[in-house]
Amino acid sequence: MSKVLVIAEHDGTTLNASTAKCLACAAQIPDAEIDVAVFADGGADIADAAAQLEFVARVLLVDNPANQYPLAAVIAPQLAALADGYSHLLGPSTTFGKDLMPRAAALLGVNQISDVMAVLESHKFKRSIYAGNVIVTIEAPADSLVVATVRTASFQSVGVGNAASVETVSVDAEIPDHTRYIELQAGKSDRPDLQTAAKVVSGGRALGSSENFDIIFKLADTLGAGVGASRAAVDAGYVPNEMQVGQTGKIIAPALYIAIGISGAIQHLTGIKDAGTIVAINKDEDAPIFEVADIGLVGDLFQIVPELQEIIGS
Amino acid sequence: MERILVGLKRVVDYNVRVRVRSDGSGVETDGVKMSINPFDEIALEEALRIKERGEANEVVVVSIGGTESEQQLRTGLAMGADRAILVDAGGAVNPLTGARIFLELANREAAELVILGKQAIDDDNNQTGQMLAALWGRPQATFASNIELNGSTAKITREVDVGLETIEVDLPAVVTVDLRLNEPRYVKLPDIMKAKKKPLDHIAIADLGVESATSMSELGFEPPEQRQKGIIVDDVAGLVAALKEKGLM
Repeated sequence: MSKVLVIAEHDGTTLNASTAKCLACAAQIPDAEIDVAVFADGGADIADAAAQLEFVARVLLVDNPANQYPLAAVIAPQLAALADGYSHLLGPSTTFGKDLMPRAAALLGVNQISDVMAVLESHKFKRSIYAGNVIVTIEAPADSLVVATVRTASFQSVGVGNAASVETVSVDAEIPDHTRYIELQAGKSDRPDLQTAAKVVSGGRALGSSENFDIIFKLADTLGAGVGASRAAVDAGYVPNEMQVGQTGKIIAPALYIAIGISGAIQHLTGIKDAGTIVAINKDEDAPIFEVADIGLVGDLFQIVPELQEIIGS
Repeated sequence: MERILVGLKRVVDYNVRVRVRSDGSGVETDGVKMSINPFDEIALEEALRIKERGEANEVVVVSIGGTESEQQLRTGLAMGADRAILVDAGGAVNPLTGARIFLELANREAAELVILGKQAIDDDNNQTGQMLAALWGRPQATFASNIELNGSTAKITREVDVGLETIEVDLPAVVTVDLRLNEPRYVKLPDIMKAKKKPLDHIAIADLGVESATSMSELGFEPPEQRQKGIIVDDVAGLVAALKEKGLM
């Protein structure tokens, strides 16, 4: 039997959708009993939300003022202390999980499996390397603890309706004070979250300016979609970094992805390969994005997007 | 500060379209162009800028691998690093072993800052910096897009999923860098000549007293499933019709 501990991600008040995706991965490990760990300051509401998720046996709430912010240096020793008795520790392959999990793995003396795309056996997984150009099947040493991050775009969220028990636990760990949170500059947006939105509209360098990017936002709002961007558009300063889709940005799997003025570098395509339907609008008919698009339209985005906007809006 | 340590990994060049060997035993690397991992190049550029601002005295570049990694270290020296260390390991090592090696070197060199790329573009692991910080018992600032040194502390801005997070860390610390931290300089020919005279020391992995961590077994390699090329529509009306047909509008 496997005993799996999934590390919940949250912003201090709300459970992040990545947790339900990690649980879907955990549930594919054969014969698994799954607990969720919530490291928070307070955190009762977060723990309750986790307890409603399918497949969860117990929620372990580690309530400590030091856990107010998601600092890996602070959480990792607590996670390592909680790991005793577990065969697997799973965290999301988000910036939170990517920061935390390797630190905990090192404290526990094991390598980590990064970015799990598929579970084959309890210690056998698939993951992607070379920016998504190669898929490798890897096996962790038998009987060794598995520490892994989960590529959330590869798994469907588990459902709700569960009523797992919530236990407040204390851990014996030395918490360092050498790392201090200062601030978070978050883009405030009422739009659907890019990582979990069912529809996403993305713009590329062809938009030409931050002002021109408005037509992307408008179209997204009409569709009720999240907004993304290519690395080129972020590097050019049209939109902030958190909107970047691709290997070094966010890897997403919406039902509908509309790429506008994006040529489709391999690093970008890696970020959308699990999307349901990809629509590409680009004036260059030879752009690589058309090789993967389900529906392509060649033309000037500054004519096409307003026209599309008008039809959808009416 | 006295010294910054920077890791440089030799990887298949960013522009090479990587292919799986026909027998699935690995990735085709014969005759392929090799370069410094692009994130590591950004790490070195940042260390050099810190030194050029007068905030550090020495920048040491480190690679772990076979003798051929000398090429990447020479490039690092040509960019402006003061000296180089090649840890002879025959080839690449797993992240935990790499972190143990960096820990030993950080101690030997009394490094106050270790700057690494956030991940290597070959195995995409994104682990070594965090592991080094854990073993060292020191702060980590991953995915850095800005670094500001203030004596015994550093203020670092990190690219996180929801935006930009700023943290303050005590030194020594480990920083892993993201793409937008800086744009690395180009190497000029005279610098390449000068770099040939800079010290490049070899250390055998056995002489570091580092125990290798167990690697994952790699059971097989395959290309990703390709998406099929779809249809091209003539106009917006065609696009809307196609979306309606798929039930997406």
